[in-house]
Amino acid sequence: MSSSFFRLLIPMLVGIGALLFWEAAVTIGDVPKFVLPAPSVIGAALLENFGSLISALWVTLRITLLAFALAVVGGVALAILFSQSRLIEMALFPYAIILQVTPVVAIAPLILIWVGFDNVNLALLILAWIVAFFPILSNTTLGLRSVDHNLMDLFTLYGATRWQRLWSLQLPAALPYILGGMKISGGLALIGAVVAEFVAGSGSGTGLAWRIIEAGNRLQVPTMFAALLLLSLLGIAIFFALTLLEHLALRRWHESAVNRGS
Amino acid sequence: MSTSPPASDGPLLTLSGVGKSYNGDAPAVADVTLSIERGSFISLVGPSGCGKSTLLRLIAGLLQPSQGTLDWEGGDRPDDLGFVFQDATLLPWASAFDNVYMPLKLKGVSRDAASSKVQEALIRVGLGDVPDRLPRELSGGMRMRVSIARALVTEPPVLLMDEPFAALDEFTREKLDDDLLTLWRDLGWTVIFVTHSVYESVYLSERILVMSTEAGPGQIADDIHIDAPYPRGLSFRQSSAYFDRCKAVSAALRDGDI
Repeated sequence: MSSSFFRLLIPMLVGIGALLFWEAAVTIGDVPKFVLPAPSVIGAALLENFGSLISALWVTLRITLLAFALAVVGGVALAILFSQSRLIEMALFPYAIILQVTPVVAIAPLILIWVGFDNVNLALLILAWIVAFFPILSNTTLGLRSVDHNLMDLFTLYGATRWQRLWSLQLPAALPYILGGMKISGGLALIGAVVAEFVAGSGSGTGLAWRIIEAGNRLQVPTMFAALLLLSLLGIAIFFALTLLEHLALRRWHESAVNRGS
Repeated sequence: MSTSPPASDGPLLTLSGVGKSYNGDAPAVADVTLSIERGSFISLVGPSGCGKSTLLRLIAGLLQPSQGTLDWEGGDRPDDLGFVFQDATLLPWASAFDNVYMPLKLKGVSRDAASSKVQEALIRVGLGDVPDRLPRELSGGMRMRVSIARALVTEPPVLLMDEPFAALDEFTREKLDDDLLTLWRDLGWTVIFVTHSVYESVYLSERILVMSTEAGPGQIADDIHIDAPYPRGLSFRQSSAYFDRCKAVSAALRDGDI
């Protein structure tokens, strides 16, 4: 038996055990399903509302992915700009921090007014982007600065241009930092998309957050749980996709991803 | 691979009153005047903090002198100096081949056009059969060989080495010392070699510049010529002539420190 097999098996056994206990406790204790539904009831609710929940999942997923992609592009681009000019970094970095530390819930109404109530999707996108953007910016900035000084000197000796230095040295050296930032930011984009929908409401399509609110208003607690389950699964999928990407990009050369065969 | 030295009898490089201080601190290098002949093998020896690395960086143009001038034969600094650091300083994501190709790539030479030169440089350092390995798949000594191959691929007139073998075990180090001497004799380089090892400097060099911290910070305390013939091998390493010269250099180092 390999250790990776156990690493999967043990948490799965714990999960199944917990579900069985949950099912038994709720059934024996006769807990009403609007307080705590049994796993089987949640499963039934999921199947019953599968179509509408999946389309809500798709709406949330679309906003999450778009916000995440824009955060990666914007964060890396701005970090590159910072690395080229200390002056630009000095001028703009404080504002990036302000954007980061201001709670997104507090900005939501303002953004909603600015983009207009018939553009809620855009508001959701902006809010999720704000949450996801900073880790990429901050990690990439750090990565671009963490290049071995001797390698920088070597590039100077060989008369490298700014562009050559960036492309052949700084960006590859920053890649582990960028991917680390992406792993944080992927989860944050999902949180941003959900929180934004709670605050700003739903756009043309209904996302999972709105389904949770809706089901809550009608005391359809099993459906709430079903939506929650889908959100967790989505978060886990994003995390694993980014971990896989990191592994594929770094496995050959970076200390963090090299399998040392032990 | 041969450099074509312009016919001239003058020194390759002349330093006149060169000094360097950082932010008004005590100078790291002070009032260094010396000339370096083309094709010579010179070591800079001294304890940590004596300014030998700073002097090397001034010669490389990585630092600008606070006082004095550096005059290269022909006017300008050659634009492809070879530089070897204490660590191999390789791109960890690039193969041995791509690391050696890097200086040529930066000069705009295509991969195909550079291929034979890169391969030749790898063969010269004894790594012709592992061009595809990444740095982490190579031993410390092999990484240093890649670093030397990278320095020689541009056929530089001058090779600057900053304690290049200090982090290696003694066996590997002696092997690399011998291989470096062979390359130097084959290629007609001028080598400026920074080390804190008296033994290594005596074995390698024609001329040793002893730097000290006490006698005057960042100054050259002594200029010693090692007149033993090349090739130098194990018999030289074990000869009494070798030990006498090591003693002389050690004495010069101690004098400087009083």
